[in-house]
Order: sequence, then structure tokens, then C-alpha cells
Amino acid sequence: MAEFKFPVDASQIMLFARAVGDKNPIYSDAEYASGTEPGGTIAPPTFVQAGCQYDPSFPLRPRIGEPWFGSGKEATGIKPKEKKDDDSDKSSGSSARMLHAEQQYVYHKPIRPGDELTVSTRRGNAWTKEGRRGGALNFTETITEYRDANGDLVVTATSVGVTTGKAVSQD
Amino acid sequence: MALKASELKIGDTHQEQVAQNLSRTQIVQYAGASGDYMPLHTDEVYAKEIAGYPGVFAHGMLSMGATGVMLTNWVGDGRLTKYSARFTRQVWPGDDLIAQATVTGLVEEDGQQLVELDVVTTNQDGQEVINGKATARVDP
Repeated sequence: MAEFKFPVDASQIMLFARAVGDKNPIYSDAEYASGTEPGGTIAPPTFVQAGCQYDPSFPLRPRIGEPWFGSGKEATGIKPKEKKDDDSDKSSGSSARMLHAEQQYVYHKPIRPGDELTVSTRRGNAWTKEGRRGGALNFTETITEYRDANGDLVVTATSVGVTTGKAVSQD
Repeated sequence: MALKASELKIGDTHQEQVAQNLSRTQIVQYAGASGDYMPLHTDEVYAKEIAGYPGVFAHGMLSMGATGVMLTNWVGDGRLTKYSARFTRQVWPGDDLIAQATVTGLVEEDGQQLVELDVVTTNQDGQEVINGKATARVDP
């Protein structure tokens, strides 16, 4: 599957740490960070998620000049196509029912500002389960490897996505 | 700062509040920082009218990231070797989140001492939103 470069800089680490509510100064203060065990700024544990900013084919980012499936004048910017019998689930509806079920990380070395990571993604397993709250559940696993300029593994991430038959009820 | 294997035992816990009255703005902030602009999380109109939810809810990865704050505060910077989470329930604007780690194992691998942790994050009603595991390097 896709491969792309993910340049890591200090400001992105700071913004990401803020967004998850992490006030540890190792993510924002280089001078403080130089006195810590890692010896400098490092990225927080879930930071590699921000790599999608650099993924040219990432589907959950609006593209300049193209319709976006979120709301504008209407509740969705993608007009429903003429409905074919089995087409009802293929436009915005199916992404609405795609949820993140599980995420796993294995850390090989810390990520630091200045790293240029190479991100490669491949499909893992896929399976189906009958869900209690959301109808039939289709699970798919995606494995993403983040490697540094030497080709060494930095982080291995496994994401499990689930597509549900309907919106998950709030029992 | 780092934890010491000699001072840890199975069943030890560490707990922190990692979100208080979670705001829609923080969810938007996470969308911007992570690059995940799925409108389910930031677009109330879309979430209700198109997706059929009561409103927007947080990215699972925001909850995992917030839970990670508790982990790194406890085990120390750059000490995690593994971290995984299952998203067992949605997190909504206004939620408070408490993250807790429990020591389940102390092992040695290739001469390195490791602590194994169960990780659970619950909301203000005591409902589990994250169930996960982590492993971290500790000093002897």
C-alpha cells in the first residue's frame, strides 16, 4: 500500500501534546527537555497519528476545490447519487459508520524533532462479528511502520477499524 | 523519575484525571493537531443529520492520547515500549475521564526490566471508555 514521508518538527509535537491535554514541558521546552532522560524533545506516545497530515491519499481531510462530506449549506457536501439498489452504503454513509475499534503501538526508539520518518502501510487481518449494539461488525486491521532515515523501525502501529451496519446505539 | 522494579509489586496502581468537562473545542484542537478531520467528531450537523448520532463525540485517539498522559507521567519520558487500547465506549463533550494503570507483571527481557500494565479509562459515570495495556522499561 501507500508509502510517504513524515517530517517531524517541534511545533507539531507541541500542538499535538496540547491537543491531548499533556502539559509535560518535554514536548514544548527544548531547554527543559535537554535535562531529561531522553536528552531532548521527544514526541508523545500517540503522536504518529499526526502522520496522516502528510499522507497524500488520506480521506479524512478536506481537499481544496473538492466537495467535502461534512456540512456546509447542507448537512453533507456530497450529493447522494441516484440510488442504485445496493448503492445506499457507499457514499458518506459508510464512512459515518466506520469507527476506530483498537490501536496498538510498539515503540522501538523515541521520535525527535528533525526526524524524517518513512511511513509504510499494509493490510492486516479482516474478520466479521455479530455485534450487540451495531448490527454486523466488519473489522479490518492496518499495520503502519514508521522508519527513520537509516531505515530503522521507530514505531509499529496496528489500527483496527470497524464498519457497523448502523449508528452505534447508546445503551 | 523512573520507576524501579524493586519498588513495584503486582496490583500497584496509578490514577490521574486526564479530561475534565471535555470541550468540543478540544476535540476540534485534536482534529487539527492529528489531521483527522472526520466530521463525526467536529461537525454537529453532520453527526446528527447524516450519521444519526446524538451529536459529535471525541476521536478514540484523543482518549488514547489523554490516557497516555497518565502513563508517561507515571513511567517516565521515553520509557514506554508498548501501548494498546480498545475503544469500548464513546467519549462525549462534557465527559470527565479518569485513567488508571495497574501493575500486572514485572519481567526481564534481554537484561531489561519491564513493567506490564493494564490500562483502564472511565468516564464520570464509571463506564469504561478505554481498555488497554502498556509495557514500560523500569530501573532495577
